Amino acid sequence: MIVAIIFALLLLASVIFHFVSPWQISPLGSNWGTIDDTLSFTFLVTGIFFIAIVAFMIYCVYKYQAKPGRKSEYQREDKKLENRLIWITTAGICLLLAPGLIVYSDFVHVPDDAVEFEALGEQWTWSFRLPGDDQIFGRTSINMMDDVNNFGIDPEDPNGQDDIIVMGNKMHLLLDQPVKVNLRSKDVLHDFYVPEFRGKMDLIPGQITYFWFTPTVEGTFDLACAEYCGVGHYNMRGQMIVEEEQAYDDWLSSQKTFAQVLAGGEGEGLVEQGERLALNRGCLACHSIDGSPALGPGWKDMYGRYEKLTDGTEVLVDEAYLVESIVEPNAKMVDGYPPVMVAYDFSEEQLDALLAYMVSLSSNEIAN
Amino acid sequence: MAYVHDAEHEHLHDPTAFWEKYIFSQDHKVIAIQYSLIAIGVGLIALFLSALMRMQIGFPGVLDMDSTEYYQAMTMHGMIMVIYLLTALFLGGFGNYLIPLMLGARDMVFPFVNMLSVWFYFLSVIVLLASFFVPGGPTGAGWTLYPPQAISQGTPGVEWGIILMLVSLIIFIIAATMGGLNYVTTVLQARTHGMTLMRMPLSIWGIFVATILALLAFPALFVSGIMMLFDQILGTSFFMPDMMQFGEKGEHTGGSPILFQHLFWFFGHPEVYIVALPAFGLISDIISVHARRAVFGYQMMVWAIVVIGALSFIVWAHHMYVAGMNPYFGFFFAVTTLIIAVPTAMKVYNWLFTLWKGNIHLTVPMLFALAFIMTFVAGGLTGLFLGNVVIDIPLSDTYFVVAHFHMVMGVAPVLVVFAAIYHWYPKITGRMLNDTIGKIHFWITFIGTYLIYFPMHYLGLQGMPRRYYLSENYQFIPESAYAMNEFITVVALVVGISQLLYVWNLGYSYFRGPIADANPWKACSLEWCTPDTPPKHGNWGDAMPVVHRWPYDFAVPEAELDYTLQTTPASEVPVHESDHDEVTLAEADDSAKDDGDGVPSLVQS
Repeated sequence: MIVAIIFALLLLASVIFHFVSPWQISPLGSNWGTIDDTLSFTFLVTGIFFIAIVAFMIYCVYKYQAKPGRKSEYQREDKKLENRLIWITTAGICLLLAPGLIVYSDFVHVPDDAVEFEALGEQWTWSFRLPGDDQIFGRTSINMMDDVNNFGIDPEDPNGQDDIIVMGNKMHLLLDQPVKVNLRSKDVLHDFYVPEFRGKMDLIPGQITYFWFTPTVEGTFDLACAEYCGVGHYNMRGQMIVEEEQAYDDWLSSQKTFAQVLAGGEGEGLVEQGERLALNRGCLACHSIDGSPALGPGWKDMYGRYEKLTDGTEVLVDEAYLVESIVEPNAKMVDGYPPVMVAYDFSEEQLDALLAYMVSLSSNEIAN
Repeated sequence: MAYVHDAEHEHLHDPTAFWEKYIFSQDHKVIAIQYSLIAIGVGLIALFLSALMRMQIGFPGVLDMDSTEYYQAMTMHGMIMVIYLLTALFLGGFGNYLIPLMLGARDMVFPFVNMLSVWFYFLSVIVLLASFFVPGGPTGAGWTLYPPQAISQGTPGVEWGIILMLVSLIIFIIAATMGGLNYVTTVLQARTHGMTLMRMPLSIWGIFVATILALLAFPALFVSGIMMLFDQILGTSFFMPDMMQFGEKGEHTGGSPILFQHLFWFFGHPEVYIVALPAFGLISDIISVHARRAVFGYQMMVWAIVVIGALSFIVWAHHMYVAGMNPYFGFFFAVTTLIIAVPTAMKVYNWLFTLWKGNIHLTVPMLFALAFIMTFVAGGLTGLFLGNVVIDIPLSDTYFVVAHFHMVMGVAPVLVVFAAIYHWYPKITGRMLNDTIGKIHFWITFIGTYLIYFPMHYLGLQGMPRRYYLSENYQFIPESAYAMNEFITVVALVVGISQLLYVWNLGYSYFRGPIADANPWKACSLEWCTPDTPPKHGNWGDAMPVVHRWPYDFAVPEAELDYTLQTTPASEVPVHESDHDEVTLAEADDSAKDDGDGVPSLVQS
């Protein structure tokens, strides 16, 4: 009796929890309401099966608990009953599968009016590319990737010159405009996941994957990596900013084309050069510049402060220490951070630029 | 089929020296216990690792754990639980112990290979644990070991950990293959008189089909392990594409990361059933014994096991719906995946109908069996979400998946392990386990795990990604989710610590538990008919048992007792081959159906 009651309470609690839980699917921000409907319908059908099965089990435990002198009924099978249950279950399965496959068919068919953009993932940061005025992406090769050409766009390809390059994790999208997102990875597997958009797809090095959606709600949405990609996986953040045409156009017109990026390398200041390096070489994936916590020590006000090392000693963060930490990261580790940084091979000029950028982020000064 | 015949007349060489009897033993029962103790030991390590992870998730920073250590704990927890605990325990532990005893054999057909199997398993565990002590520590690649990240920078243990992991897996597969060939051959060749295939207990059917799955699925993991080792050590590019990592161009070119995923899940999905099918079988037997009622729909149960086993080879890519394979594959794999729910549901219904009109004894094994049904149904039904491709898209790689697979292939099989050990411990040791501690352990474990994993689905529903060392400052995760994570961690720690009760019960009862008689649960199957408890070397003394009926003759109307042993001849209690048969005593005795040489034909229906 007590056992049956406890099981019954657990069943009841589960059903109540489902309805009162504050943790429900995040508010929809795209056209994929049909996915939500399929999900709700699946909750309904499986919920009925769950309640029926567990309730029947509880009934049996209550009704047929052992009593002295009673024997169970000798019955080996009931083919008729079993066949009936096969058909009921099969019908339930078809009921779930049919709407699921219809919606999935929509999911894999990109509409003709979808515009394209590209998301490029690397450990542990995002960058984006738009095809530009010609609506054609320039062809790419991993062998052409370098500090300036983050996407590896072929400079010989005329289609690539007007491609718009968006560095630094934030991408803008036009409200109610269907988009097909093409996904590429520079290094390992990643996954483009914005919970409000419902869609999701892995990024695979050496391959282009895609999915489509239409953003239907204005606002800023967090982009998370949903495929484990190493120690910084949890911190591979981005943002999708969905806005009306006017705001979107303003943003678009302030972005650089590939041609401008290629030309921009000449004549920029040391600090700008350092900023570009820090973006393109992935430094900012682990080192924040706004004081927020991240995988490695943040660069805001880092220059000129004292850091405690893993061996308990303290070190002044000056030029010498910074250079050593870039070319030989494990030599003197700041306490509290995992030993995951790889040694970088920068030229003297590049190191100078990076140092200049770090110094520019700090209000500290070191007296000579 | 000559083996059975010979076994009867063979003189048994009983080992006498300690090391022959207990260390390098060729006795299937000793090997089963060795397998089980190693598995439980390494499982406790994995349990401890999960406590470390839960601390970081519930109370970030309290343990001063960095993301490297978190991902190492996560990877080792998953791999140990799936492979080194569950696979080893169900096949190496229960398979070894029960196959000869339930089928009436003196031992496995290849006892020496069987002994090699457990020692290879031991070696694989040593290699695995050694990775905790090498420079860089164990691999933190996630238990799925996806390349390129498993063998590239930015992943913990990329120096030595991953190599030891792959080598350990390769050794484990060699061990599992040696054991598996043994189990399959023993089931097919060494059954005693009258033990037709359709009179085998469902435990054996589950273990038998699971072993066949293991023999067919493990090679896919074996080759992918070797190929990844080559990529790592020799610089080949099976799985490694061109990469630009941290600003440096990688050495590899042209490999396919997705190829690894296909190979991994071609192993990995059958692996789910390598764990689940023995669990299905064991729980069927336990429910039948403790409900004092014949297993309902035995034929359906056997066919369901076979059909699930076969289907499990054509559903693997439902793990890869968002992995970047051709999206049209989704249609095919969604259909096959949901079809597998039909035979699985039939098994659940038949467990319920075995309870129905039964005479249910709420013993500790039965309590665990009831908990298994509820947990398995909850976890199984959420599989219909994740199998239905378009619903999987928002839910994959979130805590919904974590909750689903922990319920369906973590907690549910572990509840079966507990039920089965409470059930068979008296036969294995000759002593009963303590009932009160058993019940306390049961309620904490069942309600605790349910409280951990049921709400976890809802964290995933709102988008919380799995495998996150920290999930702060994501706008789609509300503050309340962190409170839920704290609650889950507290419950998980309580459940984890309460397992010490169980370990204590196992140890204490071995020396101080009440002496068990030969058949304490009044079951019908053959392992309860041994002349000695625990059974001695060779199991059956001088005379091999002869089987006259199926193993579920509870409450036969003509019988006085509510159970009729498989060895009871039809002349004492009539044999019902189905509900409707007119039973005539002389004809029903199957010894009359033998084909002349004293050996029963392979299958009688």
